[in-house]
Amino acid sequence: MGGRQFAPEAWLPFFERLETTAIGTAVRESIWAFPIIEAVHLLGLGLLGGAVLLADLRLLGTGLTRQPIANVVRHARPWLLAGVALMFLTGIPLFLSEAVKCYYNTSFWVKMISLPVALAFTFAARRWVAVAAPARANWRTRLIAAISLGLWFTVAAAGRWIGFSA
Amino acid sequence: MERFLEWLGSTPWSVALLESTLAWPLIESSHVLAVALFFGTVMMNDLRLLGWTMRRVPVSEVTGRLLPWTRIGFTIMVVTGLLIFYSNPVRYYHNIFFRLKVILFVVAGLNAFLFHRGIHRRVMEWERLPVLPGRARAAGAISLAAWALIIVAGRLIAYNWFDCDIPGQPGWVNWAAGCPVAGD
Repeated sequence: MGGRQFAPEAWLPFFERLETTAIGTAVRESIWAFPIIEAVHLLGLGLLGGAVLLADLRLLGTGLTRQPIANVVRHARPWLLAGVALMFLTGIPLFLSEAVKCYYNTSFWVKMISLPVALAFTFAARRWVAVAAPARANWRTRLIAAISLGLWFTVAAAGRWIGFSA
Repeated sequence: MERFLEWLGSTPWSVALLESTLAWPLIESSHVLAVALFFGTVMMNDLRLLGWTMRRVPVSEVTGRLLPWTRIGFTIMVVTGLLIFYSNPVRYYHNIFFRLKVILFVVAGLNAFLFHRGIHRRVMEWERLPVLPGRARAAGAISLAAWALIIVAGRLIAYNWFDCDIPGQPGWVNWAAGCPVAGD
């Protein structure tokens, strides 16, 4: 399995344990479960992508520029939360079904590191800037949006790559 | 058709694409990530038509400001999608999920066409109403459903559950997949 190892050896038994959980086993043994959950995970990507873009485009000074920044970010928020919830709800069973493969998968760890950073950045730094946002986009809002887009792109690209790397 | 696709799949670039260890995954990843750009912005527009978000923002503003991004996403999806098809044309042609996806494209396209030719022409008259006209809401709902189903069907193309070489499949599956009948 690739040979390269990213995570500490001591974590392996835990991942083996996760793979034998009821959910992990059920998803692995079903023909349809993984593809269907994966497809819904993709729909979540669309929803999350839409919500992230709506706010970040505005912070970049494009998109819905006639609306105040704080308003756009506020409008996007429920869909952002729904997108994140849908991704977790579908992502966890997918992970459980192949936890050991993920343990050996570098892309998986890239995603596991970038995901909390992206979440923290979105719900802390970006929110803080958006709430006290100026009427027009400035270098600070643009920087925040660029970092947010970069982080979410990393999460999504690493996520897709889990399936390609052995 | 069959012979054309066989020829297409035997061209050097098609073979190289299918066998590449880096180009194919990169093209496929671009296709998937463009979902976030294309479907993300389409969905926000559809949700506005349904009156589920940004109710105080005029419809023409949401559509007008998001459409350039939808177009970029659409272009990436079409280019990468055609390349993926080109890498293995015969297989995709006989894949029932691919066929379902093509039918759904027609539905989504027709829906967008009728919306823009129809009620959207008078968007300035209704875009600020608290509840949008039924036809506008219906267009949003159909778009949302069609694109969601296209993504699901697209994801399922990856599986060979109903390939023509699987023995003992129900007749309708072989019909839907356009499998060559034995003796042809």
